Amino acid sequence: MLLIYCPYCEEERSELEFRQAGDAHIARPTNMTEMTDEEFEAFFFLRDNVKGLTYERWRHLNGCGRFFNAARDTVSDKFVTTYKAGLPKPDISTLRPATEATVETYEATESNAK
Amino acid sequence: MSGANRIPGAGRLTPAKTARFVFDGKSFAALEGDTVASALLANGVHLVGRSFKYHRPRGIVSAGAEEPNALIGVERDAARKQPNVRATVQEVFDGMKVISQNRWPSLSFDVGAVNNLLSPFFAAGFYYKTFMWPKQAWKHVYEPRIRAAAGLGVSPTEDDTDHYSSRYAHCDVLVIGAGVAGLSAALAAAKTGARVIICDEQAEVGGALHYDKSVTINGIEGFTWAQATAAELAGMENVTVLPRTTAFGYYAQNFVGLTERVTEHLAKPDRKLPRERLWQVRAKRVIIATGAIERHMVFANNDRPGIMLASAARTFLNHFGVAVGKKVGVYTANDSAYEAAFDLKRAGITVAAIVDSREKPGEAVLAEARKLGIEVLAGHAVVDTAGKLRVSSMSVARNGGGRGRSIAIDALLVSAGWTPSVHMFSQSRGKVAYDHESQRFLPGTYAQDCLSVGACNGTNDLQATIEESLAAGELMSNASGFTAAQKVEVHGTNAFAWTGGMAGAAEGAGPDTTVKAFIDFQNDVCAKDIRLAVREGMHSIEHIKRFTTNGMATDQGKLSNIHGLAIAAETLGREIPKVGLTTFRAPYTPVTFGALINHSRGELFDPTRKTPMHALEEAQGAVFEDVGQWKRAWYYPRAGEDMHQAVNRECKTVRDVAGIFDASTLGKIEVVGPDAAQFLNLIYTNSWDTLKPGRCRYGIMLREDGFVYDDGVVGRMAEDRFHVTTTTGGAARVMNHMEDYLQTEFPHLNVWLTSATEQWAVIAVQGPKAREIIAPLVEGIDLSNEAFPHMSVREGKICGVPTRLFRMSFTGETGFEVNVPADFGPAVWAAIWERAEPMGACSYGTETMHILRAEKGYIIVGQDTDGTVTPDDASLGWAVGKKKTDFVGIRGLRRPDLVADGRKQLVGLLTKDPKVVLEEGAQIVADPNQALPMTMIGHVTSSYWSENCGRSIALALVAAGKARLGETLYVPMPDRTIAVEVSDMVFFDKEGGRING
Repeated sequence: MLLIYCPYCEEERSELEFRQAGDAHIARPTNMTEMTDEEFEAFFFLRDNVKGLTYERWRHLNGCGRFFNAARDTVSDKFVTTYKAGLPKPDISTLRPATEATVETYEATESNAK
Repeated sequence: MSGANRIPGAGRLTPAKTARFVFDGKSFAALEGDTVASALLANGVHLVGRSFKYHRPRGIVSAGAEEPNALIGVERDAARKQPNVRATVQEVFDGMKVISQNRWPSLSFDVGAVNNLLSPFFAAGFYYKTFMWPKQAWKHVYEPRIRAAAGLGVSPTEDDTDHYSSRYAHCDVLVIGAGVAGLSAALAAAKTGARVIICDEQAEVGGALHYDKSVTINGIEGFTWAQATAAELAGMENVTVLPRTTAFGYYAQNFVGLTERVTEHLAKPDRKLPRERLWQVRAKRVIIATGAIERHMVFANNDRPGIMLASAARTFLNHFGVAVGKKVGVYTANDSAYEAAFDLKRAGITVAAIVDSREKPGEAVLAEARKLGIEVLAGHAVVDTAGKLRVSSMSVARNGGGRGRSIAIDALLVSAGWTPSVHMFSQSRGKVAYDHESQRFLPGTYAQDCLSVGACNGTNDLQATIEESLAAGELMSNASGFTAAQKVEVHGTNAFAWTGGMAGAAEGAGPDTTVKAFIDFQNDVCAKDIRLAVREGMHSIEHIKRFTTNGMATDQGKLSNIHGLAIAAETLGREIPKVGLTTFRAPYTPVTFGALINHSRGELFDPTRKTPMHALEEAQGAVFEDVGQWKRAWYYPRAGEDMHQAVNRECKTVRDVAGIFDASTLGKIEVVGPDAAQFLNLIYTNSWDTLKPGRCRYGIMLREDGFVYDDGVVGRMAEDRFHVTTTTGGAARVMNHMEDYLQTEFPHLNVWLTSATEQWAVIAVQGPKAREIIAPLVEGIDLSNEAFPHMSVREGKICGVPTRLFRMSFTGETGFEVNVPADFGPAVWAAIWERAEPMGACSYGTETMHILRAEKGYIIVGQDTDGTVTPDDASLGWAVGKKKTDFVGIRGLRRPDLVADGRKQLVGLLTKDPKVVLEEGAQIVADPNQALPMTMIGHVTSSYWSENCGRSIALALVAAGKARLGETLYVPMPDRTIAVEVSDMVFFDKEGGRING
């Protein structure tokens, strides 16, 4: 079970109190009715399935109730940082976790075997 | 007498403290502190189980948690049974009942043992090959039979009457394992003042000190030092010592799961005590001191009862005072087994010979063996054994030299060396590294804030282990800001430094042999099976593992993994590290469901939500149904009525007279603020600017993709205040949906959202006499049709308490929904009931509510819609604001597929035979005579018997349904095909006049 730092409560709380809420930094367009089908598809349906650092929204549901953003490594599950909703994406180069080589994966096992 | 094989003066148990237990119907004597394994061995019982696949007789292999064979069922009473308990871990208590497993009819005569003779048909991977055809046979013939034949214990059938507890704990340093290393580390950490938790899976601390009597620490015997140190630690305020506690899982951010066996060893436990306690520990730092596990030798027929690990025999002798045989042999590739022979010899047991696969055993142990007069056969191998239910002889041959000679024995102690227990380290996502010199995997790259010390870290020497552990204890405490006031002094000596060790198949079980040389006892995997897997193309160790099931049993290959890996590497012609180690997964040892489920069972499994009027409804005879966590009154049967009759009566009564209904479970959200109307404009498809205070409107909420998400009536209480209702099931997610948009997309809007679901009790009064029923109770509200028309809301008083009174209807009748503060709900319900009953009105439940709304074609989101239905599909297009420039879902609604022809649309269905009630979920076809598989054009979403219409009614989603009015469609059922006619959705009072009555 992870500990997650809520940027509003300003403390680490148990994962049980939080709910993931999808990708972060996808602003809802203000000109919804003027969007082409392709633009709407890109906005609403298309998501990257990132291996590594990803930006996602979380809600401190059983806490302060606020939505915030997090940069998390999908390989190690580690939260690199959390920040308030509306703040810009933090600089990736300063955020990449220092350690954490890839954990056991099928490919890793296979390439080791070769 | 506690067993003929108990050696007077040996061991640490007290001879006077006896206990009796029953094994397979036979009573045995034991001593307090015995495990089931030691007690059985004391009584000369080696045969304790049958193997999984071949049903071969099996005995006790180890003296600890790594035990692959000796799995037993333990019974306290009819309800408290536990299968698959390791006999080497379970302590004996007086009166316990132990049963062996996986045998029929008895342990010594097992019909299933025929599998052993048929073993050529059960080679590795046989499941995947033998039972493939015909396809259906796997499910119905093969699998059930294989499951019955192969298998472990039998689950208890009664509810567990014990309880389990759970505790969260935080500490600066968690020490896993309380052997020399763990205790030293804990002592050093504790002396700094850091909060320390130290746990150990065994009943007593000490680890290897259980068997190694040669160890002296700080001038006293090692085991005695360990107990004294544990007592000292337990006496410190900042330390928690947890024996009988297994760290089973190491999770993210130093979150470690422990299970403490609280009463499993007690004859008459206090029923107030939990059987087990689950500890969820968050540690700033973790010290892993989990030691090492001895490996067995891999040779032909190495699985007979009486063949066991050398360290286990030493534990049984030195701790439990039990000789595992009268004439024992030793087969080893490692010095440590010699010490077992020395201890047994000194205790008066005959040691037939030490067979050492090495040409050059360690010099020190060799000298000691000569001194004790023990024959050592270096460069020799045990190439076979004999003995039906217990080993009776071993065949010993010079390495590379044929069949050899037979030596009579009644126990054979084996050791191929020691495997560091890197399970916890690996679970923490640390990467192990292969140490070529010592040929073992050791902790390499750490992923979390932890340190491995002692044998699990590859440290062999006793004093080096102590120094390393003391340093780790201090270092890990420093991380929390604690420093040592003085250095902790621990000095230890032991008899011999151990050399040697091997992995893989021994002499006579190598390539091109077909002998049964077991590497995984529990899953009956032999050396040859690994080779077969490689020959059949499995080159990844993960594939080999799954093909052979090596290491996949409940012991997770604690003995077998390294052997399997070594044989795979040899067959593949690669180095061991190039083949790779399989991943260690939690749990380290099996964890009971009881410990994990803990309090979350029965009434505590899930919260139950009851409305304020629950007790009154119960008193009126309501039958309740579960709606999410809510208990809702379903129907109110009267004497002699079944459900159908009760519901028919309720339906008629509401339309003829009136009915009262508990609608408290509806979600309620108070939307307040200067921008409240603007916010609702964005959340709902409707327009809210035009709604005047005191009026209500039915609103539809979409997801961004254009599909219906929820619906409900919204009342405008004031310019800046709305009373929003949602579906019962949607309350929480609608609140989340609104909060999400308000916080992240529309943060410029000045609006507050407050969940008010449980603040209001809601009593719906519906029917022609609804007004008459409530009129005398209401103060300050003109109830006339003119002053208070349909879809209005007023604030006033009812029965003297404040109310938000809604004029609305989900029945199509004149209706009111009385909202009062929740605590007043029962009193107001009672007062309304007092008026309603004499007039002939009734209470009605959710079933009647469903039918009445269906008679009027009102949809239920989630029943008549399924997340792919647009407002237009549901004939609710009128509720979408045509002039609006934005709302959630506005763009989704314009997607090509959502405006295409032929979409599934909600329509009514009338069966040609009015008596036939369709099944909800039934599929609809246009042509019942078409070839299979038929083209299904929709399905029934709601279907009821309507007493008011005198016939069945149904709603359905049908492709291009609105264009099919009057068309005949068909609902094929297993026994017949039902013809239906497509109709509009309103079945009763099509003009809709009654609502304004």
